[in-house]
Amino acid sequence: MIVKGTVHKYSDNVDTDVIIPARYLNTPDAKELASHCMEDIDPDFVRRVQPGDIIVGGFNFGCGSSREHAPLAIKTCGVSCVIAKTFARIFYRNAINIGLAILECEQAADAIQAGDQVAVDFDTGVITNLTRGETYQAQPFPPFIQNIIQKGGLMKAIQA
Amino acid sequence: MGMTMTQKILAAHAGLPEVHAGQLIQANLDMVLGNDITSPVAIREFEKAGFSSVFDRTKISLVMDHFVPNKDIKAAQQAKVSRTFANKYDILNFYDVGSMGIEHALLPERGLVAAGDCVIGADSHTCTYGALGAFSTGVGSTDMAAAMATGSCWFKVPGAIKFNLVGSLQGWASGKDVILTIIGKIGVDGALYKSMEFCGPGVQSLSMDDRLCMANMAIEAGAKNGIFPVDDITRAYLDERVHRPYQVYEADPDASYDQEYTIDLSAIVPTVAYPHLPENTHPASEGRNIPIDQVVIGSCTNGRSSDMETAAKILKGKKVAKHVRTIVIPATQKIFLECVQKGWMQTFVEAGCVVSTPTCGPCLGGYMGILAEGERCVSTTNRNFVGRMGHVKSEVYLASPAVAAASAVAGFVCAPEEEA
Ligand code: SF4
Repeated sequence: MIVKGTVHKYSDNVDTDVIIPARYLNTPDAKELASHCMEDIDPDFVRRVQPGDIIVGGFNFGCGSSREHAPLAIKTCGVSCVIAKTFARIFYRNAINIGLAILECEQAADAIQAGDQVAVDFDTGVITNLTRGETYQAQPFPPFIQNIIQKGGLMKAIQA
Repeated sequence: MGMTMTQKILAAHAGLPEVHAGQLIQANLDMVLGNDITSPVAIREFEKAGFSSVFDRTKISLVMDHFVPNKDIKAAQQAKVSRTFANKYDILNFYDVGSMGIEHALLPERGLVAAGDCVIGADSHTCTYGALGAFSTGVGSTDMAAAMATGSCWFKVPGAIKFNLVGSLQGWASGKDVILTIIGKIGVDGALYKSMEFCGPGVQSLSMDDRLCMANMAIEAGAKNGIFPVDDITRAYLDERVHRPYQVYEADPDASYDQEYTIDLSAIVPTVAYPHLPENTHPASEGRNIPIDQVVIGSCTNGRSSDMETAAKILKGKKVAKHVRTIVIPATQKIFLECVQKGWMQTFVEAGCVVSTPTCGPCLGGYMGILAEGERCVSTTNRNFVGRMGHVKSEVYLASPAVAAASAVAGFVCAPEEEA
């Protein structure tokens, strides 16, 4: 599967409290959560984001609370993929479990700039920067996780 | 090659003779936990997937603690979803207003987690139970939904960092100061994906409350879990509360660790993490130029009995500074009652504090003490991220109950012995 979109770039330690502040957690409604996505770090994000766009972060993206509302808000905004140097571990598994594609790649996270057009091939882990004409190699998912993503998330995978 | 304590527990629950770091496994669970925020999402997933039974009604805990007593209509709706589900499946450990407490204080107190257990919770601070010698870790709501249905969960076996504790704590220094010092040293991603395995002769000098506080904040260093060996103190704690057999695991002598640190407990001083990351640590004594507006003493990190006792000791016969709103939140009903019985409640009220029913409340900026723009709070909680306790331009300083109480009296950040 290949996705393509415009990059929104953030720094290290983007935590779940800024991805979706706790004051909005009194609802599990994905659309409502999405309407406040990244509000405390980038108040303009929700207006700028287009379907297919890609978020690029630094180290420890998604640290903090276990709230699945965070990857859910990002996914519901239309974001097709998050690339970071590393992910906080609960965010990492939550993203996989709900079917939000994420890739760890330090080189890509350094080189890609806000506004770049980027394409990601999940089968090979190749990230192509169309704006700068560069490619970066991320680890593709191991088969165990590919299976969860292919089935459309953990719940569908265990239904079998 | 030998296994760490965490790896041994995981291997046993995956039915494997051994596991190694990086391996993906499916492990059986002894407890699945959720709260009033994460459970409704899990319940929706559970129902959407068409499940009509839970794996074991005695091994699921639903604790209404974040926004209850309901802070608004939406919070009321969420709690109702959990309550209805608990009734429908006859969930044994459903804790609502009147019986609830903050989940990570409540589960150990009720004897719902024991040494050797494998536990997941849809709450990041589920790592708290490592203090009891269990493997426990925070997951998301979908993991919780799948676990309620199947009783198992996928894990990537973590590598480990070993913290060899020597010496013993002096003066007002507590478990909170130890873990803040460690996070200050290794950073908020210093233990990313790994276990923090505490060991060494210093462990026996740490109370159960100190250990619970330290394991609680393992996630603040990015760790998958924090874990303590089981000793006489653990056994005494468990035997009073747990009414089933439990298994004690020990790390193999030749277990491999990615890194090792030696922490001298006698050198630990009262420590404060300045905004906006728990790694931003400074000695509390250097905070005198930081005036504060609010103090919160509570949470799953420091809302336990000994925390209340420490705060009461410092506040006894004193008044909190006039401009400092001081909010004390015992973490469970049992601790609340103890505050009444031991006279700490009177001390708090006479000192000018407000005392709340158990709730997460202000810890996550929910209610009961939200900060306005530009306000500062010294808090015994575990996170000081941007906007965590209110306005994005408010500030949270993380500290122990002793530092928080002393700062409430002084009106600025300070170490306990300084306050006159
Ligand atoms: S007290 Fe704070 S950290 Fe602990 S469970 Fe509640 S919200 Fe989470």
